[in-house]
Order: sequence, then structure tokens, then C-alpha cells
Amino acid sequence: MSTATTLLIIICLGVIGYVAGRIRAGQLVQGAYSALHSRPGYYGAFVLVWTILPSAIVLAIWLAVSPAIINNQVFHSLPQSIQDMSAADRSLELSKINAIAGGLSDLTDEDRQKLESGSITMREALADKGVAIAGEVDEYMPAAAEVYNGLSSASALYRTILVLLVAVAGFVYAYYMISPKMRARNKVERVILGILIVASSIAILTTVGIVWSMLSETGRFFASVPPHEFFFGTVWDPRFAAAGAEDSAGQFGLIPLLAGTLYIAFVAMAVAVPIGLFAAIYMAEYASNHLRAIVKPLLEVLAGIPTIVYGFFALVTVGPFLRDLSTQISGIVTGNAFAFIQAQSVLTAGFVMGIMLIPFVSSLSDDIITAVPRAMRDGSLGLGATRSETVKRVIFPAALPGIVGALLLTASRAIGETMIVVLAAGVAARLTINPFEPMTTVTVKIVNQLTGDLEFTSPQTLVAFALGITLFFITLILNFYALYIVRKYREQYE
Amino acid sequence: MNMMSEAAVEQAVNTKAGATVPVKMKARKVGVFYGDKQALFDVDLDVREKHVTALIGPSGCGKSTFLRCLNRMNDTIDGCRVTGDITMDSANIYDPSVDVVELRASVGMVFQKPNPFPKTIYENIVYGPKIHGLVSSKAEMDEVVETSLRKAGLFEEVKDRLQESGTGLSGGQQQRLCIARAIAVSPEVILMDEPCSALDPIATAKVEELIDELRENYTIVIVTHSMQQAARVSQRTAMFHLGNLVEEGATDHMFTNPDDQRTQDYITGRFG
Repeated sequence: MSTATTLLIIICLGVIGYVAGRIRAGQLVQGAYSALHSRPGYYGAFVLVWTILPSAIVLAIWLAVSPAIINNQVFHSLPQSIQDMSAADRSLELSKINAIAGGLSDLTDEDRQKLESGSITMREALADKGVAIAGEVDEYMPAAAEVYNGLSSASALYRTILVLLVAVAGFVYAYYMISPKMRARNKVERVILGILIVASSIAILTTVGIVWSMLSETGRFFASVPPHEFFFGTVWDPRFAAAGAEDSAGQFGLIPLLAGTLYIAFVAMAVAVPIGLFAAIYMAEYASNHLRAIVKPLLEVLAGIPTIVYGFFALVTVGPFLRDLSTQISGIVTGNAFAFIQAQSVLTAGFVMGIMLIPFVSSLSDDIITAVPRAMRDGSLGLGATRSETVKRVIFPAALPGIVGALLLTASRAIGETMIVVLAAGVAARLTINPFEPMTTVTVKIVNQLTGDLEFTSPQTLVAFALGITLFFITLILNFYALYIVRKYREQYE
Repeated sequence: MNMMSEAAVEQAVNTKAGATVPVKMKARKVGVFYGDKQALFDVDLDVREKHVTALIGPSGCGKSTFLRCLNRMNDTIDGCRVTGDITMDSANIYDPSVDVVELRASVGMVFQKPNPFPKTIYENIVYGPKIHGLVSSKAEMDEVVETSLRKAGLFEEVKDRLQESGTGLSGGQQQRLCIARAIAVSPEVILMDEPCSALDPIATAKVEELIDELRENYTIVIVTHSMQQAARVSQRTAMFHLGNLVEEGATDHMFTNPDDQRTQDYITGRFG
């Protein structure tokens, strides 16, 4: 029986358990529900949990463990020559056997007869059934595949029996555990608590997993390129060499990419911070409730636009506009029309990214400014200060730590932003202080290094992980610092 | 009371104690609306110069709302509308030509919860004088800080830590700092909205003592929930109920022999 069917059956059993538990709880007290410790639904849920949870856990463990055991068994049935192969070749052979095993069950009797008579090869027969085998089928393989199939079907059978037994056992146990004094509610609540904990730990464990995988790949990169060349190198020239050409190592200097990243982020912040802050001050201090109710959601729509759309905007509108503008300006000033701003430039990318960041700055700052107690405003206004004096001298200083925190969070977004810079900043990795020329960023280079046909063994691709982890740590530190500041600020008023 | 004609009010005022004292602020037919809801109905009240006027009444009776009309703090609330006339020294404070900023400099306010700015004690005091251009040199600022703190009876306690944050003081000290801050801009009238409700009895006693001293130089209007406080610090008392002014008179008279049954009931603790 397939896994899905088994799962469906235990869920059905669970639902039946719910109904049965409910009814039994009612019967035990002859319908006087107030005599029960918990509401009848909890008794039903209690049976449901006992039916589904243990059996689902058994099923999950079985599914996780059995393929390894089966593969191990099959492997030991293989000829000694195969068993002595290198790890990579062995796994190739095993995956071939798995593919054959998958195809074997589809073969008809007619196909089998043809195979035995030798009129077609195993590979052709399987290809007919839509199963492609990489490489020739060796003699020992069909036999191993049969072994594999045998073990798999046995495993499936035992699995189904065991899981259903556990489900039924849980059902029966829980059903007879029900008594009017049993604290079904507390027990069910504890299961819910467990589910919540599992859900939150999945997020944390995933983060740990991501960091771990990045770290291990980064380690492999640093095995071929020394860390000091990466962190302090000023030349980025990874040289996509022909596979296996050992002599063309390339240069992996982080500095030009980091400079581009920080420069573009700086331009973006220079655009976003003043506009965003002024918008926030207007929203929090001046706008009437009515206007605020309309404008604030509108501003936040900006935050919902996918960044690739901003990328189009930069590529199609802002970049050409700046270029044409610079041509006209130089035409007027020097008489020699020359586009001193290139369409793809630090300015273009930074400007558009700044527009993208405005809603973040304004929305976060607005929340922080609004959180400054009304008493502060009253105190200042009551002394005869105007609104703008109040904002400038009381509200803004009081909100400053929180605003700095918000700006740091925004900065970490600017540093990690990808799609806008891919389209608008250019790909030339160079060190320049001219904002009218293209520069490139860490994120752009990660995209470049990981696009196309790749093998994950050369430094050319592995460098992406080193870049990724560098970026990760920069934004992580920024975020931590921002949260620290924001938290410190909050303590002042609570 | 709101049924009485203006002349009758005038007469009532004159027949009671303090008839010779000049009137600093005069409210006539003052109504306040929050959106469509009316919170205050036709209030007629005189605030006498260099007197403490206490506004009493149960919660939600409109006494704080009335207080906030006197320096137009209600303007800062969205959807709040004030009708009727309020005059100060016979000039209408709701006249379009009046600069609300100037008005608030001469009608200072102290709030229910001490609200020092998150700045140093020194900066808290000079904040008002600075924005109104009352001080220019460092010496003048030092002087304003010292006199204001002295008048608020706080100078001796904080003279060694003027550069520390005002939020680090105790609740009672914070409230006196707020009073000092209000005094620093040399107002003529000081409005106090339950200034002692967040303070312990000792701090309350100090603030009350201070209010009594300030009466020499300033006209004070105080909202309070405490009958004893009203009796202790004020010379005139006004009783509000459900947005109406129930009665107004000399404090001694109000607390011993009120004209209105509702005042009698409220003072003796039968409701509120």
C-alpha cells in the first residue's frame, strides 16, 4: 500500500476516533456534559491525537530510514568489483539500479520474453516505458534491481502493517482511557503546544541549515583560494576557464564588489532617508487621521512592488533618462554633447533602490515617531512651541535611537538587494568613485557565478558561497545592531 | 446653572466671596464637540486673578476638556470644535488674529502625568525660554534655570545634577520640574490637569504647598479628583457634571453649604 493511502487511512481512523471519543465521553456521563472535566470535543481530539500522532511518527521514521537500509542490502548483493569502486562511482551504479528497479515493474510478460530471448536489450525495453538509463546496463544489474524491488515491496508491506497497528493501538488505548475525570483538555493543549514549538524550531533549524551548507561550501572555496586573496584582493577576474584547466585560477578580490555594494547602498540611503523621514514626520505629526488612512496604505503599496519591477523601471526609464539628461547638460555646458552618465550606473541603481526603500524608511519611522508618548507633544505644545519646533526638538530626539535602528534595518536591505542592481548597476567589477559609471555588487556577482551550466567543484562557482556568507554576516551584524538599538530605545517609555 | 442668564451669573459671582478680585479669564457659553458628540454645554465661568480655581466633578464630566480650552490645547485634537467665547484680559483667545503659540506661552500647562522631555534637567527648563527668545546668553539661561527651579522648590534637590536626565527624577520631582518648566516662560495663568494623581501623598503635599506659594504671582486653574485637595489649595471651586457647570463659588461656601444637590452628593461621596 502506498504511503499516501496509509496516511489517508490513519487520518480517517483519526476522524472516526474523534467522533467515537466524543460520543463515549457523552455516554459515560449519560449526557450530563457538565460532569466531564473537559468539553466533549476535547475527548474526541484526545483520541484523534493518539490515533494519528504516534502512527505518523512511525511512518515518518520508517520512510526516513528504510531507503538507506535497502540500498545497503542491495549494495552488499553486488559483485565485489563494484563494492570496491570509489564513492562517486558507487552511487552512480546504485542510482542506475534504482532506475532499473523503477522500470522493471512496468515491463509486461511479452517484454520479459523478448528480454530473455535477447531480441531487445534491457536499456531499450526500459526506454520504451519512458525510463532512461544513464549508460549501459551491466549483467548484474537486473538481478540487483530485482533484489531492490523485493526489499522495497516487503518494506512497504511491513510499514503499512506496523503503522496501521500503531494507529489502531493508539485509538483503542485512548478510547478506553476516557473517563469523566480525565483532563483531556490539558493533554490536548500540551500537544498543541508541542506543534507550535515544532513549527517555530523549523524556522530556526532551517536558518542553521542554510548557514551550515554555506559555511561548508565556503570552506571548500577557501581550500583553493586563500582567504586573504579573497578578502583583500582588489581585482575581480574569476575567468570562467574550460573545465579541468588548472592553470587559469582567476582572481577573486572581494574589495571591488564590496565597494560597489556599499556605494550603491549609500546612494540609495541618501535618496531614501530624507524623503522617507520627511514623509514619516508628515504622516505622524501633521496629516489628519482621514488623510493618513488613505496615504499610509498607498505608501505601503510601494513596498509591495516586486524589486524586479523596480529593475525594469531603472533599466527602461531612469537609466536612459539620466543618460539623455547628461548628454543635454554637457551639450549646453561644453558644446560637446557627451553622455557622462551611463545608463547602467551607480546613480541609476542607487536612485531606484532609494525609491524602493522610501516606504520602509517612512513606515518604520512613522511607527517609531507615533510611539513617542502624546504627553511629550502636549508638554511641548503646552509651553507654546509650534508643531515643527516640537518635532525638531522633542519628538525627533526622543525617537532618534529607534529611527537609527530602522535605518540600519533599511541599510541591510539595500546591501542585500539583488534584482535592481542586476538590471541597473552593470556587471563590471571595478573600483571607482564616479557615481556615473557602472559598478557591480556582491549580489550581482553571486547571480553571475551561479547562472548557467555549472559544476560545484571549481572556485569559479564556489566563490558565490563565500560572497553569500560575507553578505550574510554583514546584514546579520547590521540587523543585530539595529535590534539592539531599537530594544534599548523601547525600554525608555514602558 | 447653564439655564441661568448671563446677568444672573454676574450677580451670583458678585454676591459671593472675592467680588472685588479682578477676573483674569472669562468663559461664556463655551461648548466643546468631539466630532458629533458634545462634551461640554454652555459653560460660563470666571477665573479670578491670583486665585486658585479648582474644577471638580466625576470622571468624564468635562472639567479637563474645559481646562484645555483655556490655552487652546483642544486644537491639537483631531475633530475637536469649540464654540462660545473665552476671553483673557478682555481679549478673545479664539479670535483668528490670536497667535496660539503666544497664548500658550502666557497660559502654561502642567499635565496629569509628569512629562519631562528626555533631556537634561537644565534643557527641560530652558526649552520654553529658548523657543520664545526670552534668553540669549548662557548667564541668562543659568538664571532662568535657577529662579524657575527655586520657585518650584526643586533647586536645592537637583542643583548638583542639572546635567542629568529629567526622566531620572522621582515622580514628585518630575512634576515639580514640569511646573518649573511652565514657570520658566513667565506665564500669567497656569493650568494644572490633576497634577498630583500620579504622585504619593508626600510628593502631593509638596506640590500643593507649591501651588499655594505660586498663587502670589500666578492665576491657577486646577482640575482635581480629590475633594480634600480642592478644599486645601483653592479659593474658588467649580463643579462639573455630565458636561454642564453645576455651580461655582467660593471654596469655603461650596464645601460647607453647596446650593446644588448634585454638588452636595458628590462632595459627600454619594456618587462619582
